[in-house]
This record gives sequence, structure tokens and C-alpha cells, in this order.
Amino acid sequence: MATLDSKIPEGPLKDKWTNHKNHINVVNPANKRAIDVIIVGTGLAGGSAAASLAEMGYSVKAFCFQDSPRRAHSIAAQGGINAAKNYQNDGDSTFRLFYDTVKGGDYRAREANVYRLAEVSANIIDQCVAQGVPFARDYGGLLDNRSFGGVLVSRTFYAKGQTGQQLLLGAYSAMNRQIGKGKIKMYNRHEMLELVMVDGKARGIIARNLVTGEVERHSAHAVVIASGGYGNVFFLSTNAMGSNVTAAWRVHKKGAYFANPCYTQIHPTCIPRSGDYQSKLTLMSESLRNDGRIWVPKNMKDVEAIRNGSKKPVELSEEERDYYLERRYPAFGNLVPRDVASRAAKERCDAGYGVNATGEAVYLDFASAIMRYGKEQATIQHEHDASDARIKELGTKVIENKYGNLFQMYEKITDDNPYKTPMMIYPAVHYTMGGIWVDYNLMTTIPGCYATGEANFSDHGANRLGASALMQGLADGYFVLPYTIGDYLAGDIRTGAIPTDSPEFDEAEKSVVDRLNKFINNKGTKSVDHFHKLLGKVMWDKVGMARDEKGLKEAIAEIRQIREDFHKDVFVPGTVNEFNPELEKATRVEDFLELGELFAMDALERTESCGGHFREESKTEEGEAKRDDDNFAYVAAWEWTGDPGKAKLHKEELTFNDIELKQRSYK
Amino acid sequence: MKLTLKIWRQKNSNDKGGIQTYPIDNVSEHMSFLEMMDVLNEQLITQGTDPIAFDHDCREGICGMCSMYINGEAHGPDRGVTTCQLHMRKFKDGDTIYIEPFRAKGFPVIKDLVVDRTAFDRIQHAGGFVSVNTSGNTQDANAIPIPKDDADKAFDAATCIGCGACVASCKNASAMLFVSAKVSQFSLLPQGKVEAKRRVLNMVEQMDKEGFGNCTNTGACEVECPKGISLENIARMNREYLKASLASD
Amino acid sequence: MLKSSIARKVAMALSAFFLMIFLLQHLAINLTSVFSAETFNELSQFMGTNPLIQFVMQPVLLFGVLFHFIMGFVLEFRNRSSRSVNYVKNNGAANSSWMSRNMILSGLVILAFFCLHFVDFWIPEINTKFIQGDWTGVVAGEEGFRYFAELQHKFVNPIRVGVYCLAFVFLALHLLHGFNSAFQSVGANNKYTKGLKKFGTAYAILVPLGFIFIALFHHFNH
Repeated sequence: MATLDSKIPEGPLKDKWTNHKNHINVVNPANKRAIDVIIVGTGLAGGSAAASLAEMGYSVKAFCFQDSPRRAHSIAAQGGINAAKNYQNDGDSTFRLFYDTVKGGDYRAREANVYRLAEVSANIIDQCVAQGVPFARDYGGLLDNRSFGGVLVSRTFYAKGQTGQQLLLGAYSAMNRQIGKGKIKMYNRHEMLELVMVDGKARGIIARNLVTGEVERHSAHAVVIASGGYGNVFFLSTNAMGSNVTAAWRVHKKGAYFANPCYTQIHPTCIPRSGDYQSKLTLMSESLRNDGRIWVPKNMKDVEAIRNGSKKPVELSEEERDYYLERRYPAFGNLVPRDVASRAAKERCDAGYGVNATGEAVYLDFASAIMRYGKEQATIQHEHDASDARIKELGTKVIENKYGNLFQMYEKITDDNPYKTPMMIYPAVHYTMGGIWVDYNLMTTIPGCYATGEANFSDHGANRLGASALMQGLADGYFVLPYTIGDYLAGDIRTGAIPTDSPEFDEAEKSVVDRLNKFINNKGTKSVDHFHKLLGKVMWDKVGMARDEKGLKEAIAEIRQIREDFHKDVFVPGTVNEFNPELEKATRVEDFLELGELFAMDALERTESCGGHFREESKTEEGEAKRDDDNFAYVAAWEWTGDPGKAKLHKEELTFNDIELKQRSYK
Repeated sequence: MKLTLKIWRQKNSNDKGGIQTYPIDNVSEHMSFLEMMDVLNEQLITQGTDPIAFDHDCREGICGMCSMYINGEAHGPDRGVTTCQLHMRKFKDGDTIYIEPFRAKGFPVIKDLVVDRTAFDRIQHAGGFVSVNTSGNTQDANAIPIPKDDADKAFDAATCIGCGACVASCKNASAMLFVSAKVSQFSLLPQGKVEAKRRVLNMVEQMDKEGFGNCTNTGACEVECPKGISLENIARMNREYLKASLASD
Repeated sequence: MLKSSIARKVAMALSAFFLMIFLLQHLAINLTSVFSAETFNELSQFMGTNPLIQFVMQPVLLFGVLFHFIMGFVLEFRNRSSRSVNYVKNNGAANSSWMSRNMILSGLVILAFFCLHFVDFWIPEINTKFIQGDWTGVVAGEEGFRYFAELQHKFVNPIRVGVYCLAFVFLALHLLHGFNSAFQSVGANNKYTKGLKKFGTAYAILVPLGFIFIALFHHFNH
């Protein structure tokens, strides 16, 4: 089995990437044609890689389970994409972006990777503009920027509230060009269900055609996993319904180490759950915290009155409200990083102060921002004796200009008018920093198998900063993988096409067919969703925002039990050879049930608190997260040994030469 | 709420298909339409029957995966929303709701409410891109200033999520709103102007090949579009097309 | 040349523009019949004998009319075939006007009216002039021009007047969508569109109303 060699190039931090690129092997253009690359997933990371590799001349096969590559969940990212362009002249630089990202990740990311990410970030913006991505611009026709949580400069490029969609459409359009030319063969509505290895190398996949149900063999010289994150292990998350861990998990079970599975980002501003039927949570952009004040009632009797409807939140006076973020973190107030804001909300709700029927909601209030902006506007418009009503009207207009689409979305979902009554929000699972372990070249521990974007673990450490996910996906796909994969493929120019009639393919296909048939023939009584919800509840309650040893141990036992019940009692209607969404869900949930256990084990093993991972046992006297750099400055990479509970831990020590490790403080 | 659902069932593309009736009880007004469908499916599965197949993914109105023709309208009676954002409070206790797939020759039914919209992809393969290779050396993003007005208009066109509601709503099953949104986005930006002629000719040709109907300007698409894509885009595409045809060699 | 959907639609719009201009001209001449039989006769005589109009414009007009109808049918046929299975429940009224969805219907009524109109005026005119060679009342002579008398004669029958009025109502419906649709088809959608829409509505109502007025006027004043 491969050992953990991160292959970080020698030399000073700022030269590593350039030197590396200059010295790795390349494949000559004539030979690229004869080399096949499979890419699983067509979001920002997969789509951009597919387009770039095809442009270079490789023969690409791209797979997505959706009906079109354009629907990958990257599309849902709202806020923006970071890049160290320094267009705003506020002293931004590659180093500053690198520094912010490492610090934001609570010093659990690999320095060299993050520096490279910051280095290529500027190229991403150039590339996207050249593709026709309509970023926001100012009246001079130049690109506009906004600032985002946790940083001191304005480096976020955006396209109103749908930066993700616009960037994905850019990558998708680049793919379209190559599909039209026949350089990319696109497999829509296909799901990868197994990795095929020949002589210890990744040589293909087994995929199911989701329309016909046919199980297909596809061979290649390298396989790239760009299948996104695994937040849906919590059942309820802001991820798309179809987002899953299957491709990543299948690779893991074939020998790729899974790194830091417990690093999860819980986003503080999501619309709370309204009932048991709920299938998915909706995120409201983090930008709302720039103007919204977060609070719960100070007194329990007000909480009760609000819950039973006898009192309205607007009737509470300032003295009766607890602006707990402003109280606890006077310096950053409502703008503390995501993990801190989320935990603080949970703390209040656990103490019984939640303001909706489920007890899991806090207020995000724009009333004072409306009045503040209203007064400003009244002064600008020389209305010095404006009435309160007039000030409110003017202020409402300002807020509408800034957040109109978000407010509208909120009202559509909740039927509450957030201009008149405070919004209700609650944290929800949003992003997973953990993922398949990769080296500097983005290769997993399986030769020829790569992982990019959210599917890998590499750049965000224990917490991701806003607007960095899009940056990483595109950096990996446009500017890193296309170079580093050549280093490996250069050894394959004489291999020729990989045959799909080998015993390895036979065996992999058989295992998939057996697995599918097992579900169809299982005469259970409960739906797949039933088990998924059970898993989600355990994960949220015991492996969620705050974790402790007792809860984690219980979670592991409970997940094992759910897994056992699932195999015994799940019912999957229909047949294998047809369009069968329940069967798709069954294979995904089966993998989630294994991942969930590893997730909890990783959280149990890491007894420090860092970033999105908070251990009750490791906090300061004031209740804040306490990191333990002496014992935990490493990447936990887990090796599959046949049972998630018996996974073997490998540690990749993290060394910081260019950054000094500090405890984060937002007081 | 208690509802009667009249849902189109069709086993596969060869099946003739037909409407079946499903009563459903205890529907909360806070549910989204798709959550109501989830509840119905959970019931069907518990009864051991085949659940209703429908497309969905992000459930926040951006991926464009969900479809459904609800009570005679694409994405149902609400405006500016996709089916996943439609909530049950738009219906009344006792209502009968018809649910059908998006219908067009260019969108063959796969199963029940799931249709094949890859025709949209193929139209974009024909020209929905700027021919620029990935390179760390394209010119700086600010090298060409773009008037804010053009950038905003290009963005508005680019908000299209490719759901196909325009085709579904059009009495002619025309795809012009979709195609024109793509054509407009690129033709408004300097980066896209270089190959504007080729693009519009090729995309329209592919659109016609896919069997979509001809636009007769009823405006239904604009009304039903969850992203409010404007008919101005169709006019722009017509102009671009005329220019390109008259000027081509 | 008319292979593509957009080309067909532009051709449809161009023929519509031509017909809308023709309508204005037709209305203007007919209106004179209300004020002055003489002017009407003179103008009619000019139109009926000027070789440019008779041998160039008249065929062009015929072609325009035929083209508009035939293309209309072709488009309708193609559009119907682009949805092979119809909706069980469709609520077209929720998103579009009745007029826009029923251009083929209003068009067919207008076509039927055209047949009547041709039987009433055009065919007898062509028959008398070119087949029988009878130019009495057409070229200047002592018996005077025949046009005004013919016009009055036609509007005696109340059924015919009723049919005419009804046809013009359908023409109005056709124009209410068609006028602006034609502009949209040739790509004109800009800051003037709002104003143009109002103008189009006015045109679509006033022009047919004018014809209705003339028919009724002569019916009650002969």
C-alpha cells in the first residue's frame, strides 16, 4: 500500500509551484490523443478540468448524475470568488490571500497547496472574463469587488447572488466547445459505482446509466474524482438532494485514504427547518450579517410567548433582547467567522431560547440597519425633519437594493416579510473541508486516481473562508490538475487503449451488479429515506456543531446499528433495468452509512477543537475553541481495511515555515 | 390540507402513459411542492408501489433540474419560482391539482414526470461558448472595460437556469427564449462578439433540428420563466440572426 | 432561404408590415367615400387604371396576401407538430392573451372574409375590365364613374354588412397581437417598444373600426 508522501516540492514557498511546473514531465501533443481521462463530476472542479484537458488534446470522458453538466451543485454558490488581484488598491497580495486562508482554516491546511491556490487565483478571474462570465462591474466598466467574512481586504468577485452559476456556466461553455468537437464525450445521467484498478493503477470505472439502468464499463489511463462534498451524510444540509459521497467512497474503499472526514462547515445563516417532511435546507448569503443583528429574547417568558404566538418579536424592547454575538464578541460582533456564529446560535437554542416551534431558530434583525440607512438617506436628501415612518421607508429601500433577492427568497419560503419582522435563521451543514487525501499533484494514494475540488481535502484546513470554494474548484480544474496529471500520464504514452474485457473489469462489474440486485431483492419494509433520516439525526445530534467523547462513541454504535437495520429492512421498489431514483438513493445512503462512522471516529480521535470541529473537552475558560498544535498539527488520513470501524490512521504532519501559528480570537 | 392529485404516469418513453389519481391528506401549507411529492412517494413506497419519478436536485431554484406542469402552468401558479420553490400555501384545502411533465417533441418523456432536456445541451454544443483555451496568460480581466449597462444585461440573460419552462409553456414548444438568452449573453460582451455571427447561425440551426417550434411572440415564456428572462432577448437574437444571415459570405 | 425558424418568422413579419400599410391606404381611400363621392370616384379611378398599380402593385399585393396566409398555415402546422402529446390541463390564459394564442383562428376568419370581399369587388372588377373589356364608368365618360354607386349598392344587404363588421372585429383581434409581434420578430424591442405598443393597440382598434364605420355609414345612408 502506498505511503503518505505529500510530494511538496523543495525550495522557497513562492517558487515551489513554478519550479515544479518547470520540471515535471509533459506529454507531447501527438500522444495526448491516445490517452483517455475519466472525470467524475462536472461542477467547477470537474467541468473546468474536463474542458482544459480536452483543449490540451486528451480524450476526456466526463460523467455526471444530473441531466446536464450545468446542474452540478457548484451552481448554488451565491456570494463570490476570491482572487488576489488587488484591484481595490487595499494592499492585497498572493501572500495575504494565502495567509488569510491558512489562518481561516485554523492552521490545518498544507502551506504549499494554499500558496499555490492564492498564486493562481488571479488567473481564474482572467480566464472567466475571457469566457464571457458576466461579473459585476462598476460604471467605469471595471470589475467590482466586495469584502467577505474573516478578511481585511476587498477581494471577492461576484455576479449578483449567483456567482456559482455564472462560473459554472463558464466552465460548462468551455466543455460545450470540446463536446461539440468530440474531444469530451459527455455521459449525462450516469453514476459512477465502482473504480476499476489494473495492476495497482486506476484504469476505469463502472457506471450505471440512470435512464436505462444498464451497467457500463469505461476505461481510461487516469480517473479524476470531482464529485463534491458529503454534507448530505447529515440528511438535512444545504447540499443538493443528489449530492453524495459515492464516487469518493468507492475510491476510498479501493485504497485511497480519506482525510479529515470530521471537518464540516456549518453555515450560520440558513432558513430553519419547518417540519419533519423537510428535505433540504436553504442558505441565505453570509453577506446578510453585514447589516443584520442576531438575537434571542433575554427572558424565558418572552420565548414562550413568541412560541405560542401571544407576542411578536417586534414588540420586545431593546432591553428584553439578547444580542448574544455582540455581547460575547464585542470586536467582531455579528461578523465573527461562520463556525463561531454557528456555535453561538446552538448554545442559545440548547439553553432553550430558540424562537420557533422546533426551538431551533434565532432572529436576524434588520430593523436597526433600516433606521440607520434611513437616517443617512434623509440627510443626503435634505429631509432633516423626516418622520420615523419616512426614515423607515428610505431605509427599507436601501436594504432592498442590497439584499432584495435574498429577502424575496426568504419570503417565498417562509411567507414572512423580513422587512417588517426579523428573519429566523439557524445553522446548517454547508460544506465539507475533509475529503480524499491527495498529494501536491492532487493524486490520491491510488496511482492514476486524482481528486479535485470539494472532493479532496487539501486547501481549507479545518474551516473554509467565504468565497474560497469556487476559487479552489476552478484552481484545481483549470490550473493545477491539467499540469500535474501530465507528469503521471507521461508514463502511459505507450500503453495504448485500456481494454474493458479484462478480469478486473469483469469482477468490478459483477460486484456492482450484485450490489444493485441485493437491494432490489431485499424484501424490506422501510424506504431508503427512512434510514437516511435516522443517520442524519445521529450525525446532527452527536457529530454536529459540538462533539464530545461520550456522544461520539454513542454515535458510532448507533450508526453501526442503523447500517445493520438498513441492510436488513430497506425496501427498494422497481427493477435494476429502468429509471429508478430509489435505487440510486439506496447505493448513496449505503455509502453514507459507512462514511458516517468514519466521520465520527475521526472526530473522536481529534480531541482538540479546531475550525469547524469543536470538542467540548477542548475549550478555553470562556468556552471558546482551543486548538492543540503540539499534538494535532497533522492531517488524519484514514485507510480502508474492510470495515469503517477498523480504518487505519495515517498522519501527515503539517509544518508551517512561513506562518506563525496563533490562537484565533474574535473578542 | 387534503388534496386530490392527478398525476401523469408513464413507465418509459415507449409507454403511452396516462393520468392517475392520488388522494393525499395532512399536507402542511409550509411544505414546498416537492416536499409534498416526497410525502406522497413515501406513502407509495410503504404501500409497496412504484413512487412517482420526478427531476429535482438543488431545491433552491438555481440548478434548473425540477420541472412539472402544474395545473396547466410550468412550475405552477406562482411567479418567478421553480417548482421546488413553490409552496403549498398557494393551494387551498380540497383542491385538485394536475401534475404533468414538460411536454414538447424536443423533450421526450423518460419516466412519469422526468423528461430528457439534452436538446438544450446540444444547442449549446453548437455555439454556446467563447472560443478561448485555458491559459494562465489570457489578458488581464480589466483589460477591456465593459459598460455596466451591457454587463448587467448580459448577466440578466445569463441568469437562465435552462429548466425548459419556456418550451413547456409555449403553445408552439419553441425554445427561442432559452436560445436567445444564451445568444444575448455572449453578443452583449466584447469577448463574445468575435464569433457572434457563427454562434447565432449555428445555435438556431441546431434549435430547429431538435424539433422545437417557431416563436409567435405570445409572451407566455417570459411570464412563466422562473428567472424573468425578457422577450428583449428574442428580439436581440432575431436581429443578430438577420445581421449574420445578410452579412454572411 | 426560408429554411430557418427565424427567417420564416421575419418573412411573416415583413409581409405583415406590407399588409398593414396597405390597410391604411385602403382605409384612407374608402374614408373619402363618406365625405365626397367625387373624390372617392377619382381616387378609385386612379387605382383602377394606373398601370403601375394595376400591373405592379396589384400582383405584389396578391403575392403578399397569399404569402402571409400560406406561411401562416405552414408555421401553424409545424408548431402543432412540435408537441406530439398535448397537455391534459393547460392554462394558457394565465400567461398569454387570447389573441396571441389564436392568430390562426382570426386569420382564418379574415381569409374567409377575403373570399367574400374578392367575390364582391375584385373578381367583378377584373372580370368587367379585363375579360369582358367593358371600361364603362372606368375611363372618363359622360355617364360618370361607377365606383361610388357600386359601393353603396353592396352595403344595402344587412347580412353582408353584419358579416363585414364581424370580420373586422377579427381583424382587430388579429392586429392587436400581430402589429407588435411583427416588430418583435424583426428584432425591434427597445426603449420605443412601450410607445409602439400603445400605437399598435390604437392602430389595431381604429383601422378596423374605420372600415366598420364606412360599412355602416353606407348601409344607413344610401
